[in-house]
Amino acid sequence: MNRSEKQTLLRIIITAIIFAVALPLHYMRLTSGSVDLLIFLVPYLLVGYEILWRALRNIARGQVFDENFLMSVATVGAFILGEYPEGVAVMLFYQIGELFQSYAVSKSRRNIAELMDIRPDYANIMRDGVLTQVNPDEVQVDDIITVKPGERIPLDGVVTEGFSSVDTSALTGEAAPRDVLPGENVISGCINQTGLLTVRVTKIFSESTVSKILELVENSAMKKSKSEKFITRFARYYTPAVVYAAVALAVLPPLLTGQDFSIWVNRALIFLVISCPCALVISVPLSFFGGIGGASKIGVLVKGTVHLEMLADTQIAVFDKTGTLTKGAFLVTSVNPQGTDKDTLLELAAYAEDYSNHPIAESIKKTYGKIIDKRIITKVEELPGYGVKAMVNGNEILAGNAKLMTKEGIPYDTTTAGHTVVHVAQNGHYRGYINIEDEIKGDARQAVADLKNVGIKNIVMLTGDNAATGRKVAANVGIDRVYTDLLPVDKVHIVEELMEAKSTGGRLVFVGDGINDAPVLARADVGVAMGGLGSDAAIEAADVVIMTDEPSKLAKVIQISQKTLTIVRQNIVFALGVKIIVMALGAMGLANMWAAVFADVGVSVLAILNAMRALNVKAYIKPDKAESALAVKPEYA
Amino acid sequence: MKVTVKVEKLDCASCASKLERAVCKMDGVTNVNVNFMTSKMTVETADAVADNVLENIKKHVKKIMPDVVLRTQGNIL
Repeated sequence: MNRSEKQTLLRIIITAIIFAVALPLHYMRLTSGSVDLLIFLVPYLLVGYEILWRALRNIARGQVFDENFLMSVATVGAFILGEYPEGVAVMLFYQIGELFQSYAVSKSRRNIAELMDIRPDYANIMRDGVLTQVNPDEVQVDDIITVKPGERIPLDGVVTEGFSSVDTSALTGEAAPRDVLPGENVISGCINQTGLLTVRVTKIFSESTVSKILELVENSAMKKSKSEKFITRFARYYTPAVVYAAVALAVLPPLLTGQDFSIWVNRALIFLVISCPCALVISVPLSFFGGIGGASKIGVLVKGTVHLEMLADTQIAVFDKTGTLTKGAFLVTSVNPQGTDKDTLLELAAYAEDYSNHPIAESIKKTYGKIIDKRIITKVEELPGYGVKAMVNGNEILAGNAKLMTKEGIPYDTTTAGHTVVHVAQNGHYRGYINIEDEIKGDARQAVADLKNVGIKNIVMLTGDNAATGRKVAANVGIDRVYTDLLPVDKVHIVEELMEAKSTGGRLVFVGDGINDAPVLARADVGVAMGGLGSDAAIEAADVVIMTDEPSKLAKVIQISQKTLTIVRQNIVFALGVKIIVMALGAMGLANMWAAVFADVGVSVLAILNAMRALNVKAYIKPDKAESALAVKPEYA
Repeated sequence: MKVTVKVEKLDCASCASKLERAVCKMDGVTNVNVNFMTSKMTVETADAVADNVLENIKKHVKKIMPDVVLRTQGNIL
């Protein structure tokens, strides 16, 4: 609680004490006349002078209808009618309600600030032989920094020395720490736990992961959701409407029926007290706020409340294949020699591909595993779109696709058509082929199963890859509808078709990561990008970013959004419902000022407490060690 | 030019939208977004008139919402 909040609390407590003393005195008729007025006027002014002052000031500026005005009229009216205790009570409880609201908002804001408090303040770097603390901005690529146990890793880099475990929870929501060895990547923002790490920096601070995340959060558009827009418009018309109704209630019935004015003015005042829309106006953003905060805790950044709202209505989920459901890294799945043995075939391929940077070449070399004697590789020719031709130990080795074999006139195994395969030939003789596949992410199947459990049966996979590979991956993860061999523009068309086909209430969610996914991400109702592997363009275009690259997080964030919307609806119905009932009772004379106050403040407090529930995501955090897609396998030097 | 202004003492969500609407109507302001949750207001203006517009915003906000404090880069606007 900050200073002004503490001061207000003090005033409230003093007022309550005086009030508690004054009440019995009043009801036992021990006081009378001006003494009676005084014992209530003092606490009233103590707790409410601010409100009265603000009401007057705002009227002077031309702004009449606000909470301050309502409360002032209601309480002054009560005093005029001789209902001193009621006047004090209304003001006292109103202030209590306001303080509570203010506290809840500050707390929620601090919560989100904490979640985002991943900014590192310094880096340890050797300068002139001494380990000095510098601003992370000053560190260059390839500089060597040291991260001591307990410190936050200030920049993205590769571990050169040291064994440790790293707490990635602030960025990924993973409670279990990640072990790191030399050769592994570490990202900024995580906390180094056990061992001393020496890291070679790969990205400057402004381009580091932590900077990107902070930028995402601070600059997100934050478009207002439908519920929020509704509430804002509602509040604008509601207040004047109720004031007029109150005036009518105070004036018309007495005029028409000849009854005493004071009865009806009393009821009108009760009306006014109840009319304050604060509970609604506060609880709706607070609930969404809780939902977004909750999503951050599990490593998913939702850029705006409107997206959270739409996620709750997801009807169809469309997944891109490469990089989203698969790791985007190639693996050798089988070595099929012809006229030689597996080891020789692999060796030939590895030597031929040695100088290539292509991911396929990388996977072949990795599988080969042995150190390559570059001295025996003499001539290397890379043929884009075909493969590679190299002279190894005097032998001409060809490694490439079917087109390369056809071009060189070498008969090859045609059963492999439609698959991703590297054919190898030595001195014009076919030596066999190596099967390459993109590894499916560990949680991909779970991702699809979870979505079905949440009620989303319509799941589609899109890929630019060939039909055989595409269908195989789809079958593996449990997706029935697959579209393969797609060009980027085809993906847009298919998503547009799917958008037409769905019902108006349901939403289409697209999950992707590549540069070419940006237009699709923009076209879908909700675009979800992979935060770690994904391209900057995709992250920029997306509405939701999964920092851990785990597709299984989609189902979880949908659950969070559904829970948040439920809470929002509960609050709206509850707040409006109670108010309308008490208003009706008040108009009929069946509710007094006390009831009105409790209904107003009580409703606010309950609505806020309910809204805080959205922050509770314990159900979605798995305590076991999940495979973080941010981990990259050690590179072979 | 986009300026992010920290908005203090913004305690109710309807005040946030009131602020947003008021600033939106001002001359020179091409876009404004008030984020109640992070207490930040982003104002977009044409480069040439930026300083003037900020001054005007400060005056106007002081008039209609005197409790609110605006800060840019740590200085009170």
